[in-house]
Amino acid sequence: MIVQQLLNGLVIGSVYALTAMGATLVYGILRILDLANAGAYAIGAYAGLFLYLSTGNILLSFAGAIALTGFFGFVVQRYLYIPVLDRPPIVPLIASIGLFIFIQDLLRLVAGPRIREFQASLPFGAIKTETLTINPTWILIIVLTAALLAFLWYLLAYTKIGLAWRATAQDLEIAKAMGVNINQVVAYNFLLGYAFAATAGIMVGMLYNSVFPTMGDVPAYKMLALIVLGGLGNPVGTVAAAVMIGLIETLIAGYIGFFLPRDAIAFVALIIILLIKPEGLMSRKA
Amino acid sequence: MYEVVVGINIGIFILLALSLNIITGYAGQPSLGHAAFFGIGAYTAAIMTAKLGYNFWLTLPCSAVTAGLIGALLGLVSLRVRNDFLAITTIGINFVTVAIFQYTPYFGASFGLGVERPQLFGQEMGNMHFLVLIVALIVLLCLFCRRIEKSWLGLALGGIRNNEEAAASIGINVNMFKIIAFTIGTALAGLTGAIYAHHMTFIYSSDFAFVTSISILSMIVIGGMGTIRGTVTGAIILGIIPELFRFMSDYRMLLYGGLLVLMMRFQPEGLLGDNSFLWRQFKGLYSRYRLRQGLESGKGGAASDG
Repeated sequence: MIVQQLLNGLVIGSVYALTAMGATLVYGILRILDLANAGAYAIGAYAGLFLYLSTGNILLSFAGAIALTGFFGFVVQRYLYIPVLDRPPIVPLIASIGLFIFIQDLLRLVAGPRIREFQASLPFGAIKTETLTINPTWILIIVLTAALLAFLWYLLAYTKIGLAWRATAQDLEIAKAMGVNINQVVAYNFLLGYAFAATAGIMVGMLYNSVFPTMGDVPAYKMLALIVLGGLGNPVGTVAAAVMIGLIETLIAGYIGFFLPRDAIAFVALIIILLIKPEGLMSRKA
Repeated sequence: MYEVVVGINIGIFILLALSLNIITGYAGQPSLGHAAFFGIGAYTAAIMTAKLGYNFWLTLPCSAVTAGLIGALLGLVSLRVRNDFLAITTIGINFVTVAIFQYTPYFGASFGLGVERPQLFGQEMGNMHFLVLIVALIVLLCLFCRRIEKSWLGLALGGIRNNEEAAASIGINVNMFKIIAFTIGTALAGLTGAIYAHHMTFIYSSDFAFVTSISILSMIVIGGMGTIRGTVTGAIILGIIPELFRFMSDYRMLLYGGLLVLMMRFQPEGLLGDNSFLWRQFKGLYSRYRLRQGLESGKGGAASDG
């Protein structure tokens, strides 16, 4: 039972990590809180669902949704965020909120407000032992998240574009002066971040067997909480914070019980932690 | 009386926008949870009249004080977290507040709270009475804001908005003025909440959700943050759009979202903000008009032809 709960928490934590990663990367270099990333999550889920319904191939639906959402991310940074970079931070924040609302309503108008089922058959079965069952969606989530995060880690740590990203995250102006192509770094960043969000969206759609226009709501605000808990734009910290919140939520909701709904737990934790340690739990600057 | 009801709704939005303008416009502190204080005021008032049997008029100051006290706490928070993170904290406060209203049986949980229309001179207050009350409050609040703008408080808040460190270095007590701004702004939202509860006669936790906060913020952003004219114009525009375009009420949030993005991208000062395109044109026209008048009176009307 406890193993099952822990596994459940791990699955949810993985999804959070993947959702928050895009926004963490964006915050890391541009210092913009990109709420629209959660819009990409919903777009990805819808794109994945429709591609799956029309082709019946889960691999194709993942690839198509990732490509579409990644392209969307590219457009967003080029025509919305880059032009307002030198404005006060509230300007891009409000723009991203506006974009998020716009995306949600557009999805509602195009795809309808009702909850759609996402029943995908995966090419592998569940793992069953005497005491616990790991259903295929869980396996997919854990494996795919681990693979994507490993890929990201490799990219950031060992490639040239990763070096450029780290330089930009340290100091955008100096990186620019040293000849780093900032626009390219930002473009890659959004491509990757939105692709991650899309992947998370499809997997959550499959996990809860539901895709609906406002599905990005809770991830949006939780994502912000995770960025803060993870130390403001620190990818490793965000993963740790995501898994931690996933486990804490599951355990509190499963064993202790809390008078507020599950989704409020993260916010209560967020407010308390911000008050005690405003620079985040795992910040690089102590 | 459809127009009166629309007028009341817009009036409530104007009050809320003006109160948020004190926090976000004057003091430059982002707040994305203003609806929480609107809700705190509304619930305070509803509980006072419906459950404890107090008079409606007494709920107005009490709601303002309750919301203001909690707002002062938020002011304390704003001393520790800044900019983006203050914005996130206020989102969190909005969510937690709504969750408390929605899950606590005393607050009516998901059934909401019912309130009776208050009495005035032995007669039930009608919509017209509410409209008069709200318009009077708007006028008072505009005068009050005008007074803030011209006062030491307004100057200090402007200093904090422009550069907190610089303001502190010339001896402005940044902490105190931030808390003052939060207290005044949230207290006014609470007062508006008391009126809202008694006008609607029924309140649900979802009335005060994050979407409402965004609507209020959109009003001041689109109108022109930091100015009374912009704030009022923004509230009227966003309040009246859904009424004028009833046939496209389905697209309301789409329109809000799109407007926010476009405004931020092309005109972050808002429609009538201090450095906006429209306001510059208007000021240009006005100064040309003044110049021309000066010329006319100076040369005895000789320069008027041509």
